[in-house]
Amino acid sequence: MANLGFGENGWGGLILSATLTTLLLSLAAMMVGAAVGSGVAAAKLSSRRPVRWLGDGYSVIFRGIPELLIIYLFYFGGSGLITQIGQLFGADGFIEVPPFLIGALAIGLISASYQAEVFRAGRLALNPGEIEAAQAIGMPKPRILQRIVVPQVVRYALPGLSNVWQMSLKDSALISVTGIVELMRASQVAAGSTRQYFTFYLIGGTCYLVLTVLSNTAFKKAEKRLGRAHRSRTAAHS
Amino acid sequence: MIDLPFLTDTFLKLAAALPVTLGLFFSSFVLGGLLALVILAMRMSRNPLLSGFARGYILVFRGSPLMIQLFLIYYGLGQFELIRHSFVWPVLREPFFCAVVSLALCTASYTAEIFRGGLLAIPAGQIEAGMACGMSRWLLLRRIVAPIMLRYALPAYSTEAILLVKSTALASLVTVWDVTGVAQQIIQRTYRTMEVFICAALIYLILNFIIVQIYAWIERRLTPRLRAVEAATAQPVPHAIAGEKHD
Repeated sequence: MANLGFGENGWGGLILSATLTTLLLSLAAMMVGAAVGSGVAAAKLSSRRPVRWLGDGYSVIFRGIPELLIIYLFYFGGSGLITQIGQLFGADGFIEVPPFLIGALAIGLISASYQAEVFRAGRLALNPGEIEAAQAIGMPKPRILQRIVVPQVVRYALPGLSNVWQMSLKDSALISVTGIVELMRASQVAAGSTRQYFTFYLIGGTCYLVLTVLSNTAFKKAEKRLGRAHRSRTAAHS
Repeated sequence: MIDLPFLTDTFLKLAAALPVTLGLFFSSFVLGGLLALVILAMRMSRNPLLSGFARGYILVFRGSPLMIQLFLIYYGLGQFELIRHSFVWPVLREPFFCAVVSLALCTASYTAEIFRGGLLAIPAGQIEAGMACGMSRWLLLRRIVAPIMLRYALPAYSTEAILLVKSTALASLVTVWDVTGVAQQIIQRTYRTMEVFICAALIYLILNFIIVQIYAWIERRLTPRLRAVEAATAQPVPHAIAGEKHD
């Protein structure tokens, strides 16, 4: 039987801390994705054609190329690029980028391409009359964004974001090829050392499953909370 | 600056690995599609045992990363004496077949849900109309349910096909030399990440473009409205004949 204890010879501690790393990695990626994704969504909705092309090009590239290939690009190419930039500023020697950063960035940029679609759909679902009304009472643009657009787009986007989050969580397993000890890598290490491959991959898979099920519940709760105002109105109508 | 000989050389080397990627894609696409139909039938079944199993299957395979499923099958199953001595071992020993099996198992769970969405979208009136005409269950399935379900499921199904193409890259992690595997090998040998990446990316983008075109074509074929317009603009055929196909 596999030793899952937390003591000297147990693998429980490693797997638990690796689960935490996976969670942090996915959260960081999700944040990178939200920042870049909203920019891409804005580009796709732009009235200027070249800007729209840029947004569409981003989607085609990051949604059409295998995640693994993008991770290789960042893993092998990232440090080289940073080193070159460093040399321009007079630093010499090889500069290594922390693998966590590379992982979060790679998964984040992939996540951004999917989040952009979700945000774009949310923005299109917005009633244009509401923005016109805000303009009519003289709200400046940033405030319209802050008070009218963002809160509603977030609400519309939440179910889609839940899907993207699960996708990023699962994509984060691919970061194990860069050597960072997250859940997938920890399962590999434990499986290799004990030669109990099936047991430890099953345990790793179960941890992922627990993460996805729990986060699904959390998103459902958030949807309910954000939809409260909306629901009470429809309830009054019916 | 641009090293054209290196680029063409890399591109040709990667293109030589394309049959492996295509083989992975087609076999897991067909197997996964068939398995999805079985799971769909179980999911829609009134038997709680069958529908419960299908629900569990979909939860497990959609809720965990494909990479861990692949490793579970490729490395994990070898842990058991029983499997190593059984008739399936010659298949599960080969990394290519392992990759196909895990890709098919995984894509089946997504595809089953996509098909279910299509099935639930069929207007009840269409099925009732078929029954009112006295169609048998089988004829109803073949003439009404299957084509309409496929039609509704197509947009999501095309996305799933592209996700599957991207997933085949994972096979390189269990020593299958597909396009990504060869690309990674060249990168490690030459350290010219960007050039190799561009070549490999181009191959995948072309592949996905072709798949999108094929799906768009099927969608046009399955939508009588669009098919009629297309035929009418191509040649002046009477509308009733262009819109309906009597076979």
